[in-house]
Amino acid sequence: MTPVLDIKGLTTEFRVKNGWHAAVRGIDLSVNANETLAVVGESGSGKSVTALSTLRLLPQTGARISRGEVGFGGRDLTKLSEREMSRIRGNDIAMIFQEPMTSLNPTMTVGDQIAEGLLIHRGMSRTEAAKEARRLLDEVRVPDPARRVNDYPHQFSGGMRQRAMIAIALACRPKLLLADEPTTALDVTVQAQVLSLLDDLKRDRGMAIVFITHNLGVVAQIADRVAVMYAGEIVETATCDTLFADPVHPYTEALLKAMPRVDRKAESLEPIPGSVPSISARPAGCVYAPRCNYVQPSCAAHPSLVPVGGNHEARCPVRADKGEAA
Amino acid sequence: MNGLQVRGLKKHFILGGGFLGGKTSRVRAVENMSFDVPEGASVGLVGESGCGKSTVSRAVLRLVEPDEGTVTFNGTDVRAASPAQMRKLRQKMQFIFQDPYSSLNTRRTIRQTLEEPLKVHRMGSPAERRERVEAILPEVGLPQEALDRYPHEFSGGQRQRIGIARALVLEPELVVADEPVSALDVSVQAQILRLLDDLRQRRTLSFLFVSHDLGVIRHFCDVTCVMYLGHLIEYGPTEEILDDPAHPYTMLLRESSPVPDPTSRIANAKMTGEIPSPANPPTGCPFHTRCPRATPECKEVMPKMKEIAPGRQVACHLY
Repeated sequence: MTPVLDIKGLTTEFRVKNGWHAAVRGIDLSVNANETLAVVGESGSGKSVTALSTLRLLPQTGARISRGEVGFGGRDLTKLSEREMSRIRGNDIAMIFQEPMTSLNPTMTVGDQIAEGLLIHRGMSRTEAAKEARRLLDEVRVPDPARRVNDYPHQFSGGMRQRAMIAIALACRPKLLLADEPTTALDVTVQAQVLSLLDDLKRDRGMAIVFITHNLGVVAQIADRVAVMYAGEIVETATCDTLFADPVHPYTEALLKAMPRVDRKAESLEPIPGSVPSISARPAGCVYAPRCNYVQPSCAAHPSLVPVGGNHEARCPVRADKGEAA
Repeated sequence: MNGLQVRGLKKHFILGGGFLGGKTSRVRAVENMSFDVPEGASVGLVGESGCGKSTVSRAVLRLVEPDEGTVTFNGTDVRAASPAQMRKLRQKMQFIFQDPYSSLNTRRTIRQTLEEPLKVHRMGSPAERRERVEAILPEVGLPQEALDRYPHEFSGGQRQRIGIARALVLEPELVVADEPVSALDVSVQAQILRLLDDLRQRRTLSFLFVSHDLGVIRHFCDVTCVMYLGHLIEYGPTEEILDDPAHPYTMLLRESSPVPDPTSRIANAKMTGEIPSPANPPTGCPFHTRCPRATPECKEVMPKMKEIAPGRQVACHLY
């Protein structure tokens, strides 16, 4: 099966005080139809920059994609003109953001905002688009869609705003949905509803989803495959079940041990010492080495992502040598 | 009696009105809330946004004035205290804020920030104050060089350590912490939780700990109060509440909290509905609009807190 999105060797750099520094370094990611890939990492790991690079939504100055390609539908998105790109955004690839209130237009009704994409990309008439907007609101389980379609965003609750965002994103039946922390601002009961909605929509439409989050609990809920990012690199990738059952990279393992769990008693949490290095001060060898408990002399050389099992790769020479004995 | 006792706390906010004379509405933020924080204990307040947990934490210190009820700390009635008495009390009751970015003054060095509470409470000579400020830094895991730097030079986790140092410099007995780790990354969150653990043991502090994250609550709190729309709906030892929740809302909250284990995915998220607005709360039990086991009685009568096991109370007609 050819993947819907196939990112190869993507490097995105930002200008910091006259120097270019990589926020994302040599990322390889692919996601298939009817699959949810979770990209998990802490702040500064480059997970959002990866999504913004895919859609080329980075600022025009001070940021550049310096290497790599973003394969989508047989084309390399990094090579397209701005005009071609704007035909893809919101049409073949859609994105939803963390804060629904700041991403929605407060002066337009929710229905008009859903219809906007249909008018532009699908050339629908106003009546057709309005009808489709109502159907979409119903599909994302907003109660009483016929009335709600004429409401403004401020009349919606937080959970409903996020549903409206999802409806806007899905309007043109995208093949790929980029979701950047879509449930972080929501309460847990509403988060559970939105996660199950996204899962159902993926199944119904055979969509590919890239789900960006910092919450490993959410990852376990929704992902088919997981990529763990740290300081601009993917340090481990595996199927969801494998990653949680058998984490290989020391960072993945440490993250799991640092997370307070609701379902079992942990006598003491094990914090990770130090903090994520800033993009202008990334260490030369393994980026995680300064915070790692298992450092060896070999960590001074920059490690590459190597297979440690079926569909399971990790960027750690110390652990990879021992095979799966983690 | 030492420690904190809260009885029948109530706080409503009036929205709207003003000189333009718009429509006013009454937000029932906290209704009839009673709980204790015994000396040395850590009590968690948990609930979703708008449930009134932050208002309770602020009302305890009179950062917002409660409308009704009593708050007693070490035998002193906090609500009846004069401004002079209140200043004395606040020395023993300190606050840690959620956002380490907006709760520090960007134009003051860390030394100035940490000395300020000592000056306000007229404690010690300048030399003694300097000594105390310097002594507090290693306790929160910051180097001495930090003193003469400004907040923007620190990461989120370090700023939260500064916020904790500012609360501790007066040697309080009770610390009220409103979501102190919510703005932090997982790895840093664990660092701060461990620091608070250590401090709690070393200094025998009591904590009133507000959080929306049941995992954090489970880790840090001995006793937990679950709130919904301004009401206390369940109270008891944290582990018992999380392993065997009694109130249907606590069950929902527990089941909705994601667990880092793909084999225990949330089975039934079909639960619809969202929290009603506290400006227009439902009659009777506030949860009846979303409760799968609601009866006609629930629509009419607000259930009272009942003891269902030693130390465990729940407000639900099912019990």
